[in-house]
Amino acid sequence: MTFGHEHRPLSQRLTRLALWVITILVLTYLIAPLLVIVPLSFSSSAFLNYPIPSFSLRWYEDFFSSPDWRLAIWNSLLVGSISALLATSLGTLAALGLNRANFPFKRVVTAFFISPLVVPVIILAVGTYFFFAPLRLTGTYTGIILAHTTLAIPFVIITVGATLSSFDENLVRAAFSLGAHPVRVFFKVILPLVLPGVVSGAVIAFATSLDEVVMILFLGGPEQNTIPRQMFNGIKYYLSPTITAVATVLIVVSILILGLVGLLRRHMQKLRAADVEH
Amino acid sequence: MTEVHILSRQLHRSNRPRHLASFALVLPLFAFLVFSYGFPIGTMLWQAVSDKEVGIALPNTVAALASWDGKTLPDEKVFRALAADIKKARADETLAPAARRLNYDVSGFREVLFRTARRPPPANTASVKDYIIGIDSAWSNPNYWGAIRNAAGPASLYYLLSAIDLRTNPVGSIIAKPNDSSIFIDIFVRTFEMSLIVTLICVALGFPVAYLLTSLPARLAYPLLVLVLVPFWTSLLVRTAAWVVLLQNRGIVNHALIDLHILSEPTALIYNRLGVYVAMTHILLPYFILPLYSVMKGISPNYMRAAASLGARPIRAFIKVYLPQCASGITAGCLLVFTVAIGFYITPALVGGAADQMISYYIAFYTNTAANWGLACALSVWLLLATFVLYFLYGRLVGGVAGPVT
Repeated sequence: MTFGHEHRPLSQRLTRLALWVITILVLTYLIAPLLVIVPLSFSSSAFLNYPIPSFSLRWYEDFFSSPDWRLAIWNSLLVGSISALLATSLGTLAALGLNRANFPFKRVVTAFFISPLVVPVIILAVGTYFFFAPLRLTGTYTGIILAHTTLAIPFVIITVGATLSSFDENLVRAAFSLGAHPVRVFFKVILPLVLPGVVSGAVIAFATSLDEVVMILFLGGPEQNTIPRQMFNGIKYYLSPTITAVATVLIVVSILILGLVGLLRRHMQKLRAADVEH
Repeated sequence: MTEVHILSRQLHRSNRPRHLASFALVLPLFAFLVFSYGFPIGTMLWQAVSDKEVGIALPNTVAALASWDGKTLPDEKVFRALAADIKKARADETLAPAARRLNYDVSGFREVLFRTARRPPPANTASVKDYIIGIDSAWSNPNYWGAIRNAAGPASLYYLLSAIDLRTNPVGSIIAKPNDSSIFIDIFVRTFEMSLIVTLICVALGFPVAYLLTSLPARLAYPLLVLVLVPFWTSLLVRTAAWVVLLQNRGIVNHALIDLHILSEPTALIYNRLGVYVAMTHILLPYFILPLYSVMKGISPNYMRAAASLGARPIRAFIKVYLPQCASGITAGCLLVFTVAIGFYITPALVGGAADQMISYYIAFYTNTAANWGLACALSVWLLLATFVLYFLYGRLVGGVAGPVT
């Protein structure tokens, strides 16, 4: 780490050492809670503590077999995939429209599309609750999906927008000039180029829904219980070791998502680099 | 010349459908968000100013009070209107919501109203005024009449003022609430104070990390960055659950401290302010480190080298040359962390005690438990206003629209 800097004065080396100490402590603080909770999920004991008496999968069994958790898993997957699909299709189309040259009020419209990210979720939840209640949308899957789609849209706009900012509009013009039908242009020219961004957007949209708890607390009925809501109640009233198994599964899912988004980003950079070379 | 003319006209014509196409692409999302986001926010704003219950229940009283001076006792005409209104409202079942609304403003009003409703004046009462004051002397207090007039509706500033501990007196001027019933300013101050402290901790912890990571070669910096990214991407509830496991009374930290003989009995590390700061900082720290890291990456080391070659001591070069270049990154990170922090709900609700709840908790409380929707929405309006002001500053600083860096 400090190779070749041995000629530095002592004060600088001490500063460097202090920086390392602080950084290691801070990174430990960030990662330790996640590392601590994973082994506990494999413990046979119902006490959330160390040392772990023996290895067991009973908490995973509980997670995947108890009716409450099974319903929560199913709901989370259902709501997450439908709202990701909705947010991605609406968001991608809009991002394509906004990306066209001289779209009027582009900044204002983009700001509007991004703003659900800025508004505290509790405010959105309360507003949605009061608006949905007379429409009988509270306590329904439709209501939850609409709310989660709203929360996911800013991420799709940001991700797809970032891909499009390097998108060469001339490719579309070229395709049109060769007489291609618009639908064909979309699927053969536009989509392959923006696909990594679109998939990233969809993945982040799904992750947003999978982690969302405030909306579901306000809008969801008992049948719409999702993993986060079940966890919220667990943490609040009785912290059973099953929560540690759920947490471990979710940590693995987020590492997978992080890896996938990273891969897609690298793929996009390669595409861009190839584009420059040509 | 003509060829150019024709060409440009053709270009213009060929652009028109493209414009329409752009609109057609944006329209579905726009319509969706107007419904699922615009209308809810609109409903929330309207609920914050909507104040119609008293106007519906006591329409004639409200009309008769329009010419009242706000200081002396209203005349017989007003009392007669009140008696008639109460009788009708009781039959229409509109009295209870009105009583509830008036009770928010003057506590005890509900009982006064119902007591009066139970004893309607006989048809030939000479002075309804004396009769009603005879039922409850509260009717001789201008405060009660002021409350009715200020609640005339259909919209008022009542809830918005209540949410910042203000009220309108019978004469119609805005005054501070008495100390014993002013709570929300304290809660807003607490929300800002807690957010500020979390922001400062993020600066103190995040700056050295970002600084060191910037100076490391990629093969070392990237694995360390992953240690920031993984918690950033991990579910908020997972991290909150982890902190509960770690910090609770019979949790891992307390156990370890007792085993190491640092403590003799468990200490409260959670369900208090300490627990909230630990868990909130854990969630918000990546929001500070990641953007600051990318700002610092963009600072050329040449300036520091130039400063050193000109004989500046490292500390002087750091303060005079390096800090000004990353100042905007630090300010932007602070604003981002602070803005996200003031809207926190779940984490304080799960790891905080009763005295550690932030404004969001009270918005949820007045929506679900107390069912005072006007107040819940008014608190939301003030929180939303604060968020937008901060976001506007952030946008000015960063330039353009930007969310948390992912």
